Amino acid sequence: MIFKSGFRHLREGFKGTLRNGWMTFAAISAVTITLLLVGVFALVMFNVNEISENVENDVEIQVFVTRTAEEANVEKLGENLEQIPGVESVTFSSKEDELENFRNQLGEDANAYGTVEKDNPLHDRYIVKASDPLETETVADAVQSLANVDKVTYGQDYIDKMFAFFNGIRIGGLVLIVGLTLMAMFLISNTIKMTIFSRRREIEIMRLVGAKNSFIRWPFFIEGLLLGVFGALIPIAVIYFGYDVAYSALQPSLDQLNSDIFKLIDPSILTTQVSLVLLALGAFIGIWGSTTSLGRFLKV
Amino acid sequence: MISMQKVSKVYPNGVVAVDDLELEIQDGEFLYVVGPSGAGKSTFMKMIYREEKPSSGLLLIDGIDVGKLKNRHVPKLRRQLGVIFQDYKLLPSLTVYENVAFALEVVQADTNTMRKQVMDVLNLVGLKHKARNYPDELSGGEQQRVSIARAIVNKPKLIIADEPTGNLDPDTAWGIMEVFEEIHRRGATIVMATHNRDIVDKIRHRVIAIENGKVVRDEEKGAYGYDI
Repeated sequence: MIFKSGFRHLREGFKGTLRNGWMTFAAISAVTITLLLVGVFALVMFNVNEISENVENDVEIQVFVTRTAEEANVEKLGENLEQIPGVESVTFSSKEDELENFRNQLGEDANAYGTVEKDNPLHDRYIVKASDPLETETVADAVQSLANVDKVTYGQDYIDKMFAFFNGIRIGGLVLIVGLTLMAMFLISNTIKMTIFSRRREIEIMRLVGAKNSFIRWPFFIEGLLLGVFGALIPIAVIYFGYDVAYSALQPSLDQLNSDIFKLIDPSILTTQVSLVLLALGAFIGIWGSTTSLGRFLKV
Repeated sequence: MISMQKVSKVYPNGVVAVDDLELEIQDGEFLYVVGPSGAGKSTFMKMIYREEKPSSGLLLIDGIDVGKLKNRHVPKLRRQLGVIFQDYKLLPSLTVYENVAFALEVVQADTNTMRKQVMDVLNLVGLKHKARNYPDELSGGEQQRVSIARAIVNKPKLIIADEPTGNLDPDTAWGIMEVFEEIHRRGATIVMATHNRDIVDKIRHRVIAIENGKVVRDEEKGAYGYDI
């Protein structure tokens, strides 16, 4: 019996969407447009977030060792650095390594500096990473107070501003997405309210012949679900294929920067997740819109 | 079938629509409810199918205390009675067959019983041949027959009809009354509010007259009794 009425509700739900063609079209369009905006913003946000995390994780504290320091003291400094609370990793680069890097960067021009090797002007260097990028300043202060430290740099001037900037973008994006979702819910529940209002007679008659509220509700529930799911299809298609296209167009030129920072998120990871979220969001909004607007017609 | 003891209905705006009503309606009775517009006839009818709740007093329908009936039990009551209106209340997007079957879908009858029951009642009201037509394609009298078919397809013991002939010409109205007579013969209790003097005077049944929310006259085989 339950199975049979379940089938009836499904059939009525489908019929409802067809019978109210224009209303259905309006509701689906509303879902489509808002979910499209939500989806595109979500993609942008995820990528901005990824890049800002890359940037944050890339923050390193450069510790230049006093040139006159004895080898033993340099080693001692390395041990001390590792004991500072909040330090994730300490990497050592000797002045010979530094010179080698320098020469590699210069390429052929390096020969012009041939004599430098005899009197290497570079410092031994420790590269310190804080486990929490936001703690960089505290760690750097602690490093500064150690013996045999010549100079400590971590981009003091711009790093605070950068963190604030990324946080701003994240919060702004979140607010935008939440706002868009709320707008979508409002828009859709209003459209569905109209479709239900145009069918209040049907509801009235159902109640008169003794339909339970749940019986009246089910077809509308399914109709809402259908509206939401159909509305999500186009945004999902756009995001699925659009992001792939955007990724293949942008990533090669970003690759040329030869940096670990400017990497877009791989489409295979991102689009499926965002699509599923959009589908769920569409279904939720549709069901929510139709069942809440039905309430006032069901008062007995 | 229906028992009213000191039943009153006061609307939130203070209007007293039904005032201290006492009434007994036996199983299988045919009752006309007459009275001027705004006298409380509609409220009287609405309380029976629980569209309105009595403000005070005891209202029993087939043993059910309607005043205390919880909202979620209202559908059960409605399935035991058939309601017919002046404006038919058919769904224009459904065929005659579907409009009638609507009342059975709600109680989730299985398809075969449903088909037989629907065709039986359509036969009874004389519209078997119009089963596939839409309400727009029917005359007013035929539409009212469809709405009667929908009201009786559940085989209810009680039929509530609120001015069922109000929109129909005299000849058509007589045709509708024949259907009601047939349903009555088959044992249903019928409560019909009407302004149709001709019918009340010629097809004699019990008549109650309601004025200012009170029963002012109650006669076996009574006449319409108003001069308009």
